[in-house]
Amino acid sequence: MGCALVTGASRGIGAAIAAGLAADGWPVAVNYRTGAEPAAALVTAICDAGGRAVALAGDVADPAVADSLISAAEDHFGQPLLVLVNNAGITADDLTPSLTDAAWDSVLNTNLSAAFRLTRRALKPMMRARQGRIVNLASVSALRANPGQANYSAAKAGLVAMTKTTAVEVARRGITVNAVAPGWISTEMTAGVDSALAAAIPARRPGTPEEVAACVRFLVSPAASYVTGAVLTVDGGLAA
Amino acid sequence: MTVITKEQVQARVTEALSSFGPDADQITLEATFEELDIDSLDLVELAQIVEDDYGVVLKGEDMKDLTTVGEAVDLIVARASA
Repeated sequence: MGCALVTGASRGIGAAIAAGLAADGWPVAVNYRTGAEPAAALVTAICDAGGRAVALAGDVADPAVADSLISAAEDHFGQPLLVLVNNAGITADDLTPSLTDAAWDSVLNTNLSAAFRLTRRALKPMMRARQGRIVNLASVSALRANPGQANYSAAKAGLVAMTKTTAVEVARRGITVNAVAPGWISTEMTAGVDSALAAAIPARRPGTPEEVAACVRFLVSPAASYVTGAVLTVDGGLAA
Repeated sequence: MTVITKEQVQARVTEALSSFGPDADQITLEATFEELDIDSLDLVELAQIVEDDYGVVLKGEDMKDLTTVGEAVDLIVARASA
């Protein structure tokens, strides 16, 4: 068995994914940028539950971090990286006429370019092992318009396209690459979302991080061995 | 400085290529990648192995013009000796 890396895992969806993969038996590297305390608390909780985890600091927007992060995870657990969950993401919302270059670049870099760099690095041990699982956290914003998120939706749509292309390239190596597209999920990132928007969701409620994590756990599991290049929406029917 | 011989590189390349499918006795210096059913993804993986083992970085543009095993071995030996 190899090890897993979840980026942006100190809070919210990433934390639920890391905890879920650890519960499934994966040694998990919990990457964080600013949440040292919650990351440490998550690692403690995972270890207390009998799992294995390590907190690894690093801003995935830094091009050098992809290699250092995966190398650190492999060195810590003494096993090749066989699961990568590209979860780290940021928002910098504004309407397109006033969206700055900086807001565009930062969101594209963290949400798309970082996932590319991590995927490129992760494919090395996965190709050698003839197995691997990559799950990219996209968004319903990649699939339908969401005013104020031209940068975020472009990055997430790019992530979906990258998911499909990479999946086809490496399928014959036993590696699957899939995306999960959450809708409105209750996390710190969505704390400012107007609760009245729940009326627009067929399920009439926001989702939970655990409901997203459940889909990621499925895609990582042996049960999903023939699922690749797929985009699984987890949105209460919002994009249906 | 460690000298890498052509024979050593050939043995490592043969080992790597055989892990992609073809029998080792098919992998001669004259054999083409097409004959061996070695595709572009296999060559990317071969480049990674060469980088890990010899510190020789082979990019996609280096690999795309290679047609035979011998050409790959010669390129690796030349780069390792540079």
